[in-house]
Amino acid sequence: MTMTSPADVSLLPDDVETDLRASVRKVLDKHAPTDRLNAIYDGADEVTAPLWSAFVELGLPGLLVPESLGGAGASAVEAAAVLEELGRAAAPSPYLTSSVVATTVLLALGDTEILPALASGEQTAALLVGAPVGLPADVLLLPEGDALYAVRGATFRPVSSLDMTRPLADVDLEGAERTLVSADATAAIDRALLTGAGLLAAEQVGVARWALETTIGYLKERRQFGRVVGGFQALKHRLADLYAEVEQADAAARYAAATLATDDADAPIAVAVAAAFCSEVAVHAAEEAIQLHGGLGMTWEHPAHLHLKRAKADALLLGSAEAHRAALAVLVDLPAPTSGD
Amino acid sequence: MDEAQLKERVGQLLEEHPPETTDRLDFLHARFDAGLAWVHFPEGLGGLGLPRGMQPVVERALYQAGAPDNDPRKIGIGLGMAAPTILAFGTEDQKRRYLRPLWCGEEVWCQLFSEPGAGSDLAGLSSRAVLDGDTWIVNGQKVWTSSAHIADRAILIVRTDPDQPKHAGLSYFVLDMHDPGVEVRPLRQITGEAEFNEVFLTDARIPDSDRLGEVGEGWKVANATLSNERVAIGGGAFPREFGMVMNVAKTWRERPELRTPETHERLLRGWIDTEVARITATRLRQKMAAGVPGPEGSAMKLSFARINQQLSALEVDLLGDDGLRYDSWEMKRPTRVDFFGKDAGYRYLRAKGNSIEGGTSEVLRNVVAERVLGLPTEHRVDKDIPWKDLPR
Ligand SMILES: Cc1cc2nc3c(=O)[nH]c(=O)nc-3n(C[C@H](O)[C@H](O)[C@H](O)COP(=O)(O)OP(=O)(O)OC[C@H]3O[C@@H](n4cnc5c(N)ncnc54)[C@H](O)[C@@H]3O)c2cc1C
Repeated sequence: MTMTSPADVSLLPDDVETDLRASVRKVLDKHAPTDRLNAIYDGADEVTAPLWSAFVELGLPGLLVPESLGGAGASAVEAAAVLEELGRAAAPSPYLTSSVVATTVLLALGDTEILPALASGEQTAALLVGAPVGLPADVLLLPEGDALYAVRGATFRPVSSLDMTRPLADVDLEGAERTLVSADATAAIDRALLTGAGLLAAEQVGVARWALETTIGYLKERRQFGRVVGGFQALKHRLADLYAEVEQADAAARYAAATLATDDADAPIAVAVAAAFCSEVAVHAAEEAIQLHGGLGMTWEHPAHLHLKRAKADALLLGSAEAHRAALAVLVDLPAPTSGD
Repeated sequence: MDEAQLKERVGQLLEEHPPETTDRLDFLHARFDAGLAWVHFPEGLGGLGLPRGMQPVVERALYQAGAPDNDPRKIGIGLGMAAPTILAFGTEDQKRRYLRPLWCGEEVWCQLFSEPGAGSDLAGLSSRAVLDGDTWIVNGQKVWTSSAHIADRAILIVRTDPDQPKHAGLSYFVLDMHDPGVEVRPLRQITGEAEFNEVFLTDARIPDSDRLGEVGEGWKVANATLSNERVAIGGGAFPREFGMVMNVAKTWRERPELRTPETHERLLRGWIDTEVARITATRLRQKMAAGVPGPEGSAMKLSFARINQQLSALEVDLLGDDGLRYDSWEMKRPTRVDFFGKDAGYRYLRAKGNSIEGGTSEVLRNVVAERVLGLPTEHRVDKDIPWKDLPR
């Protein structure tokens, strides 16, 4: 078995990405402030719909869709920038599930029926594999054997979830209408899950960066024992280590997005590496943020809990770190021990 | 000059000095004179004033052509620490005299910084230099000096004014290691060999023209050396599955009977950490090429030390009974650090030094926290007191 070689790609942001990031951040600052996110947990969702409208206005749902189908024809690198901002804000949005995963399946299958509605943001779709997230959605993409069906008119019962910014629902397909999208959708689904996992790593970097920056900011202000607590070496060392982790997670996620964007043969390795690495860094960063904020970190008012819940949910969403390591083991020929060994 | 022009220049060098028929040293001299030694150095000093990130273009082309290299592992201290410091603080004359033989490997350099009483607290050092006419007379003891036994020259930091607070009374020199006042004694280390040494300076003489920077400004010069030391570590290009993971992965593939679930998990984590470090180093190089210096340099050294230690420990564990064998305890004085020519036990022991040499991981965490993250500096009790009055 031969391993693919690393791709020669740029790991630095260009102007397009920087501008995009700034406009996404502006929208999120306006539509997803902490108090409104907190309200989701008490049953009032006043965030998701206005935020989605603002995303639609920016043309984000169609970022990955070619211009001929009403999209922007951008690449995974730009989508990664959007997701990083969503992670930073811990904002609820069907962006990952609909505009990345479901959209990628349909793109890979050459669909032209459903995509325009997804690109314009008029409708959302969700691929039904693993945990039922991204629901309710207008269109469900349901794999059965090698085939893929589009299901409309399903009934959704919202479930109270660990991370309410990533809503879960039970689905009832009774009486729903299904049409065949493709009889052979396996490769398309694999591609979509690969893209989803690779770009989820960018969201995890966003969560981790928020946690690191917020914690540093707080420790420079908070005084105890007559001094700024950020001057205590025990904390400085933890933050230095966390900084190193976050910088590296950022580089790994960028590399994964760049290989997806260029359709490089190294993408599966890059994604497995980024997915395994970034999900642990995000959880670690969010946990450090809670601990180093002391009592404040345990409060409902402080946004740290939103990021911890998001990090933990993200870590399970498109394969655990362990599952990605197992996938990597196969890709780089480091097989697991077999019981016969 | 763009990448294509740089490649053309390399092609010209190879044409005028074909590696197969050219003497090794002649080739290196020609390469230096063509500005292809370190492209980010100025013209006339082995460089072309290009971004540092373009160096791999040269290295790749010359490697493919089978050109001789300057044995970078043997002259690492000269390349990584002495050269950039000379470039930043040396006089024109010093630059012209030192840089060419240094880069070509005709001279090995060592770093006479640490002392028995001054390691992390380097500015507390007590070796003395006193001016006699236009010559400095140096007395004191240095320790843990890598390569001192093969070195021709040293970068040296010593105290020139004990009445000043500790940082203000230091000066920085280039010392001729062949001076009769220099005595090098091997210092056997954890691996059994003596890669580093003790160095005794007894009335060693240094002409004032070999001073780098002003008298009393040695700390500033030393800081330039130390930050280059850390960048040097993250600055190289390396391939996938390189370094400590290479050997463990090889053993894993060749010896299925050794595999366990626990070692598998450690191996995959180590593989991923190594790959992520590779990507981060690549990004650091891209940033340097784009002229944006990244703060990742110090953080990279921290990560490399941890990864090396975890993977070299895994290698010994994985080998089981075979991990108990050791290459040889015979005392040797190697001319370069050889991580891969020996067995797992050697790598395990030598990697322990990765979190000590060039600044301990604790001290580097302070550097990252203070200079990169902007957290408050450590409480200093010795800042404004003359060095001679400090309790020791
Ligand atoms: C293989 C090897 C090669 C070397 N080569 C050279 C060389 O060529 N030239 C040279 O000059 N030196 C060399 N050194 C020396 C090296 O730079 C020093 O060992 C190092 O800076 C640490 O100093 P120390 O050994 O005195 O430890 P100390 O400073 O005594 O440290 C003891 C412990 O205290 C910790 N500590 C110290 N200060 C702090 C602080 N402020 N906060 C938290 N923890 C702290 C340290 O991290 C360490 O764990 C080499 C060392 C090794 C291991």
